[in-house]
Amino acid sequence: MPILEVNDLHIYYGMIHALRGISFTVEQGEIVTLLGANGAGKSTTLRAISGLIPKTEGEIIFEGEELGKIPAHQIVGRGLSQVPEGRRIFATLSVEENLLLGAYLRKNKKEIRKDLHYVYKLFPRLLERKNQRGGNLSGGEQQMLAMGRGLISRPKLLLLDEPSMGLAPILVREIFNTIREINQQGTTVLLVEQNAALALDLADRAYVLETGEVSVEGDAKTLAQDSRIRRAYLGA
Amino acid sequence: MEWYALLIQQVINGLALGSVYSLIALGYTMVYGIIKLINFAHGEIYMLGAYFGFYAITVWKLHLAPALIISMALASLLGIVLERIAYKPLRNAPRIAALITAIGASLFLQSAAQFTFGANFKPFPQVIPFKRIALGPAYITNRQLIMFGVALILMVVLHIIVQYTRVGRAMRAVSLDKEAAMLMGINVDRIISFTFALGSSLAAAGGILVGMYYNRIDPYMGMMPGLKGFTAAVLGGIGVIPGAVIGGLIMGTAENLVVAFGSSTFRDAVAFAILILVLLLKPGGLLGKSENEKV
Ligand SMILES: Nc1ncnc2c1ncn2[C@@H]1O[C@H](COP(=O)(O)OP(=O)(O)OP(=O)(O)O)[C@@H](O)[C@H]1O
Ligand SMILES: [Mg+2]
Repeated sequence: MPILEVNDLHIYYGMIHALRGISFTVEQGEIVTLLGANGAGKSTTLRAISGLIPKTEGEIIFEGEELGKIPAHQIVGRGLSQVPEGRRIFATLSVEENLLLGAYLRKNKKEIRKDLHYVYKLFPRLLERKNQRGGNLSGGEQQMLAMGRGLISRPKLLLLDEPSMGLAPILVREIFNTIREINQQGTTVLLVEQNAALALDLADRAYVLETGEVSVEGDAKTLAQDSRIRRAYLGA
Repeated sequence: MEWYALLIQQVINGLALGSVYSLIALGYTMVYGIIKLINFAHGEIYMLGAYFGFYAITVWKLHLAPALIISMALASLLGIVLERIAYKPLRNAPRIAALITAIGASLFLQSAAQFTFGANFKPFPQVIPFKRIALGPAYITNRQLIMFGVALILMVVLHIIVQYTRVGRAMRAVSLDKEAAMLMGINVDRIISFTFALGSSLAAAGGILVGMYYNRIDPYMGMMPGLKGFTAAVLGGIGVIPGAVIGGLIMGTAENLVVAFGSSTFRDAVAFAILILVLLLKPGGLLGKSENEKV
């Protein structure tokens, strides 16, 4: 059974039909990437999964449970956390406070301390800046903070929305290495990206979204060689 | 009295009264910070808090401290109910709709109080025997000390809640980004309720303290302090908690100085003058967020 199954999902923003019946699955332990141009509907898909926008039609099934009727704030407690597009750091709160908010629903203080430690080990730069305001961090550090904040809830499935956005290539590589590390430690990852080359290199499988529909899907390494993909997304 | 003694006296009076304006301003500013609404019914919660205290003391024969706590608890409930019934349905409506509703809620609570408690004023029971303490060339009364002391304690408690507790962290997160807060698992509705409860309880404490100070309460007693608390919040920078405290103290002091050195006819006009000046000269308020700080 896949950990996440999306079936024939339709989303409207008013009159705009943003998702036109997309379907995909994510298996336990995988990294799956969702590719597509600006406005294809990638963020819309992730926002619908996290309960931030209501669906008109279709199913979102996480670990056998339909998420449709569950309010957004109850979804992270089920083991599904999202690192949103643009990071959405709480700017006037300190780095550590941001991380603690990621652990908002957890009760065991000792476990939370342990996981803070884990995040600081994953991103040592956050430890150096733990008392600094989140809003004063650089873009790359904010991305690390957003990922740490998403991880500290101990998700089974982590949704990442364009973690490479606006970062220098060297930082992007660092972030992608961390995603691999997180995955190797057992977290399933659904990664939305515009940087198709890197995403296909990292992922097991990929889906390509085009104006609200899945146009291509398959094994990531195969798609990286696919001429359509190379022309459209890899600049070849 | 020498002029400097008068000055010191008026500053003492001003800070005591101002500490209550601060309490009221805190409610305005916290609610604004979290749902961007000026809760114009806040002054009525202050008035009802005074009545709750009045009945706790006269009917249940309680002393000041337990009466304060009971009144604060009742006002919290009232604040939660007010938000649920009047504001929550309008959360996604244009802001003007919620603002008009707030004014309606204010009038409704005032009329309800008038109907229930009568339009005439009630003498507030003398729980604390009056005492005057010399302070240099001026005096401070024990009631002023209680007023200032209780306000100070409440502000410290509030500060601790907002800055150092889990729910306070959630409040700050919700005021910055509701969607991101939901992604953290924060129940935004519950945090908004909590914010109303907190603000309402502070207003109720202010109502009792002023009832005790002036020895009287009436159904209209919330109007002017409500307006002054609102002005204090704007003066300090609406949405900024320390700003509300400073704004309240400045308002109280300014009002007393104008009365002492000018004329008492200007007592309430001071608030309007300050409000207009702030809006003209520094609309963000003294401690308001500068543009580059907004994300
Ligand atoms: N809040 C909104 N209101 C109306 N339309 C929206 C809203 N959010 C997104 N859309 C529209 O829905 C479509 C999909 O947007 P979405 O943000 O999901 O794209 P995306 O694939 O994430 O793009 P990008 O790579 O630029 O982030 C676009 O046409 C967009 O204009
Ligand atoms: Mg997007």
